[in-house]
Amino acid sequence: MAEHHVIPFSTYIKVFSALIGLTFLTVLTAKGMDLSPFNGAVAFIIAACKAGLVMAIFMHLKYDAKSNSMIIFGSFGFVMLLFIFCVLDIYTRIPVESTL
Amino acid sequence: MSTGKLDKKNGEFAHHFNDAEHEYVSSKEGVWIFLTSEILMFGALFVGYFIYSNLYPEVFEVGSQSTDWRLGFTNTIVLLASSLTMALGIYYCQKNDKKKAVMNLAATVVCGAIFMIVKYFEYSHKIHEGWLPGQWFHGDTQGIENLPLYFSFYFMMTGLHGIHVLAGMGLVTWVAIRANRGEFGPHYYTPVEGVGLFWHLIDLIWIFLFPLLYLV
Amino acid sequence: MSEGKNYINQEAGLMSWLTSRDHKRIGLLYFYSIGFFFFIGGVLAMLIRTELFRSGNLFDPALYNRFMTYHGVIMVFFVIVPGIPAILGNIIMPLHLGARDVAFPTVNLMSWYCYVGGAILAFWSIFLGGADTGWTFYTPYSINFSGANITAALAAFVAGFSSILTGVNFVATVHKLRCPGMTMKRITLFTWSLYATAILQVLATPVVGITVLLLVMENIFGIGIFDPEMGGDPVLFQHFFWFYSHPAVYIMILPAMGIISELITTFSRKTIFGYTAIAYSSLAIAGVSFLVWGHHMFTSSQSEVAAVVFSVITMLVGVPTAIKTFNWVATLYKGSIQMQSPMLYALGFMFIFTIGGVTGIFLSTIATDIHFHDTYFVVAHFHYVMVGGTLMAIMGGAYYWFPKITGRMFSEPWARMSWVFIFVGFNVTFFPQFVLGAMGMPRRYADYLPAFESLNQISSLGSYMIGTGFLIALYTFVQGAYRGEEAGMNPWGSKTLEWTIPSPPPHENFEEIPTVTAGPYEYR
Repeated sequence: MAEHHVIPFSTYIKVFSALIGLTFLTVLTAKGMDLSPFNGAVAFIIAACKAGLVMAIFMHLKYDAKSNSMIIFGSFGFVMLLFIFCVLDIYTRIPVESTL
Repeated sequence: MSTGKLDKKNGEFAHHFNDAEHEYVSSKEGVWIFLTSEILMFGALFVGYFIYSNLYPEVFEVGSQSTDWRLGFTNTIVLLASSLTMALGIYYCQKNDKKKAVMNLAATVVCGAIFMIVKYFEYSHKIHEGWLPGQWFHGDTQGIENLPLYFSFYFMMTGLHGIHVLAGMGLVTWVAIRANRGEFGPHYYTPVEGVGLFWHLIDLIWIFLFPLLYLV
Repeated sequence: MSEGKNYINQEAGLMSWLTSRDHKRIGLLYFYSIGFFFFIGGVLAMLIRTELFRSGNLFDPALYNRFMTYHGVIMVFFVIVPGIPAILGNIIMPLHLGARDVAFPTVNLMSWYCYVGGAILAFWSIFLGGADTGWTFYTPYSINFSGANITAALAAFVAGFSSILTGVNFVATVHKLRCPGMTMKRITLFTWSLYATAILQVLATPVVGITVLLLVMENIFGIGIFDPEMGGDPVLFQHFFWFYSHPAVYIMILPAMGIISELITTFSRKTIFGYTAIAYSSLAIAGVSFLVWGHHMFTSSQSEVAAVVFSVITMLVGVPTAIKTFNWVATLYKGSIQMQSPMLYALGFMFIFTIGGVTGIFLSTIATDIHFHDTYFVVAHFHYVMVGGTLMAIMGGAYYWFPKITGRMFSEPWARMSWVFIFVGFNVTFFPQFVLGAMGMPRRYADYLPAFESLNQISSLGSYMIGTGFLIALYTFVQGAYRGEEAGMNPWGSKTLEWTIPSPPPHENFEEIPTVTAGPYEYR
């Protein structure tokens, strides 16, 4: 079996520290500052960054075959499809009290 | 056909693959494909959450005040730490350091257990207050219609996630036992890698659940 | 060729089958279990038609509702969805790829046990009083009348795991286990269609899984996510449900199209026309199928905007489907067509499926659908696609690969007779239902107005004809398996890889992994 890319120990520790840092940041922005109406968006962007780090380094996607990245991002795409079409229905309904 | 157990650590591989590397790459892709179905499963819950939180912003604002962000924060840190130890478990398998690999895998299980214990305290607090899903809700609605809906989502999402944590703990224990028997080495650690991917996915889902249920 | 070991006589004893990780043996396990369910579903279908033979009630209407529900649940979740991939796909696909097995043999066996687990739950739910919601488990009815509905829904959930595991296995197999020289442009069209199907299985099934889980929680805890009284939205259930169940329609029909591609090219002795177009149209159908589910909900409270969008996209499905049909016809053109029984099934498929497909366009048009919705027109339409399409293809494929799987030939006259009964019986059963639907007869009810009686009687008689046809087919299989002549390696003169090895194949499939240098259908 060929040698696999071994991610150095220090990288794992750095990524872990970054993840902890981002967790503090997300609590700080949500509880310490009032960013409304962007509260949700900020928390989500931070969560996405954390997710990206976990996938790239902990799950080895960065050094893995590209096909695996495609598979996983494809699945996010399909969640978006479900979301878009459900929202398309629910937000274009004519409300009960409408006079249309 | 019963050919006995394959000595995969020393480069043997199942009969339908070309070589051990082929088996490793295929198995890993299989796990990734399986993870997509996990993502779609949780994805549907997230979609439901977004739609209802937009339809009933008040319900979700008041509802999320019932959660204690400090407990969620603790659990986030615990789960991130478990992800690190899981990754290090694989790292030490690659480095052929059996003792440290087993230690890290065991630490992962312990972190999972801590997570579940914190979860237990959160749940029992909610049950005590009567903040239960749907019809079982008997707490104070604070005059808000459909407030129980928040707790339906809270318990569904964290409950399903909790079941995954328990399943993950079982799987990590399984690979830890195998690692302890010395079945893995730098040339064969496919099960550790696969279980690791599953464990990281549990972490990923929590990374999104935490701001959703505790912060926003 | 029969001396020497093959996968059937490699090991003996029940346990060697129940623990086998050989893809061919697992395929046969699936064949027996799916065949058993098909028998039950078929009997239920005939009971339904018996009730509908006359206006007025023969059975208790509540019992009829259970017949109707279990006919749907069993046929959809336990027969047609797993049918082709789990039986023929399991046995044939690795052979088509030049592989010794699927990528994960143990997972393959696990998927069969999930299927059995789901089957046990389905039976258990019958003893709990039986579900009566129809196979769609629509809320709010399914949450207000709890009990066996939940167990039946859980059965679908567990069977879903089996589907996901099969899908994971097949995607990985197609990606990783192709033999040397087998590029993606050289795999067979059957494999292409299974590949597209497997993607659907992996991506769509988990959504119905969580939906069913929410339904169960709704019953146990009354969580209210789909309950309008508590602020929930029952139409969201329909969205989630059809996000799976519409692609599921293509999980059923895509592999059928793959089989037809194989049959048409083999029995025309001609290279398939438009290989690339057929292969990519499978992927196109798979992709578009995720964007059209709302056409099941035109008469629900879905918004007009969404309905129009879904309607337009639905019509797009007709394009890749027509591409396939035209390519098959073009393959037949100037071919040396041999009318053996598998080919009869293939031609029957093209005839029936075209009617099913075209009526689908009627139903995707909102204006006509408002009229046709929940009438027998819809029943006829989806039976033309699912029975006339998928089951005809399963039968054609089963006859085609029968010599490879068992090593023996079936009796051709009997096989043709089964085709006559099934094909004619099918059209006699379901064509009148188009008319009945257009006249306004609603589906699902145990009774109807006397004016509809004569057409219903024709339809019921047709259903007994189909039943007879399948019994003849069963006889043909059993007779062939025990008494048939030795088939030899390649009785049909096909060009794909499975015909280059002995029948039945040895445990290892290929003594030496082949190297491929050309496409799969080099006839002329």
